[in-house]
Amino acid sequence: MTLLSARNLVKDFGGLRAANVAAFDLPAGEVRAVIGPNGAGKTTFVSLLCGRITPTAGTIEFEGQDITRLPAHDRVARGIAYTFQITSIYPNLSLLDNVMLPAQRRASLNNTNDAQDRAMSALQRVGLDSRASERAGSQSYGHQRLLEVAMGLALAPKLLILDEPTQGLAEGEIETFKELIRTVAKDATVMLIEHNMNVVMALADRITVLNFGEVLAEGTPEEIRANDDVQSAYLGG
Amino acid sequence: MKLDRALLLHLAVIALLFAMQYVLPAYHQGNLARIMVGATFATGYNILFGYTGLLSLGHALYFAAGMYGAGMTMKYLGVPAIAAFPIGIVSAALLSGLIGALALRTTGVAFMIVTLMFAQAGYLTLLYFNEYTRGDEGFVIPQGDRMILGFDLSQDDIRFVAAWLVFSVGLLIALAIVRSKAGRVMVAIRENEERTRMLGFNPFPYKLGAVVASGTFAGAAGAAYTILFGSVGASFASIQYSIEPLLFVLLGGAGVVLGPLVGSVLIFYLIEYAREITSAYLIVVGIALVLLVLFARKGVLGSLRRRTDGWLP
Repeated sequence: MTLLSARNLVKDFGGLRAANVAAFDLPAGEVRAVIGPNGAGKTTFVSLLCGRITPTAGTIEFEGQDITRLPAHDRVARGIAYTFQITSIYPNLSLLDNVMLPAQRRASLNNTNDAQDRAMSALQRVGLDSRASERAGSQSYGHQRLLEVAMGLALAPKLLILDEPTQGLAEGEIETFKELIRTVAKDATVMLIEHNMNVVMALADRITVLNFGEVLAEGTPEEIRANDDVQSAYLGG
Repeated sequence: MKLDRALLLHLAVIALLFAMQYVLPAYHQGNLARIMVGATFATGYNILFGYTGLLSLGHALYFAAGMYGAGMTMKYLGVPAIAAFPIGIVSAALLSGLIGALALRTTGVAFMIVTLMFAQAGYLTLLYFNEYTRGDEGFVIPQGDRMILGFDLSQDDIRFVAAWLVFSVGLLIALAIVRSKAGRVMVAIRENEERTRMLGFNPFPYKLGAVVASGTFAGAAGAAYTILFGSVGASFASIQYSIEPLLFVLLGGAGVVLGPLVGSVLIFYLIEYAREITSAYLIVVGIALVLLVLFARKGVLGSLRRRTDGWLP
């Protein structure tokens, strides 16, 4: 079943065509990596999908429904969560309060009264539950990245979009992160923008390669590794 | 609301204020009544500025809406004070909803300018219809009309209790708002609006709610002023009265429920004593604010809260 699909999706910034994706389909349950050189339009592309920016042209469907004109917060309500490339947390609030917000949103969407449990379990999944009452701004960079992911998890999304989640993480932290994504992928579809090829190859079921805003190639990690176009455009030929 | 130490503290402050009428000399008791009405205005403003992070420069208009909503209906329609008070509050709530919906199409500095412009337009409108509003010299509500349930609100002791009642109810409502789920979202919008949107919250209704809540508090203060002090005039819609709640909040501590009360008391007496020294007393207030911004940006209670592990709401 296709969870998300985009057709002829175009975004122009002035004279620059930052994204121009003819067709993109993401089946439910997959872990999809989006890779490409710097400036390839990866963040622009996923920002269009989650609604942070509106497309110049094209359509986006989620679970068979057109969401092209839906504002970002409504897309979140439907199950698309986005975690920021540049860590975007509430530094002055405690870790628990940071995840309480998305947990509260999910609880109210589901008409349940379990925001506190959802928040704690999101912290538990990323291993930050013992620090729940500490101030988010005082945490290490790695912990802040994990908190960012926990905020996405607390929304219990159908699709979790992670924008460069391992950027700036230490080697050991990356291993923990890979384990985390494997468990997340059991009940959510994951879209991963990632530079670290070790992470991509370890996690992705399929890879989409973007270059100059367009899809250059798409396939399994093995196919992408063997693809000549990708070799020359991205891996440096 | 759960009876915890935060609520207990606020109830204790309310009790302390009530007891002041037996302790303070008549002159200061009168001052405190005025301060409590001003603090009600500022307590509402704190929901908007301190908790939601929206800086409005036009809240004098809602104070005036409450004042004129109550005053005009009393003067022209002979409405009794007990009905004029809620009419004033509703006038301010409606006006803040209307202007808020328009002004919130902008953000940041533009929001400040737009709110200021609306308030100035309102102020000039009051002067333009001077024939009815008596905007320039103001009008007085006669003592005989300022009665509620047989209590004469122009009497010092009754006026004090009435001002205390308005402030106390306002304080508890403000406490309930900021500790609610919506209050949590307001703080999130203040801290990081884009993130909050990407957590699935539409910021607009929360921001509009904060504008209306603060506008309604301003209206309640304005209507109370009409009935307790009996004077109505366009000068209350002027920029000075938009700046005042901002000063009270900044000095007392933005984003602390009790901050505006502390700020109101301090600024009232700062002006009071500065007046005895110089006719240019606003310079003293100005210097105090410069010092505040330089050395205690979080205000009196904001600085204090950092030592309480954040339980002070």
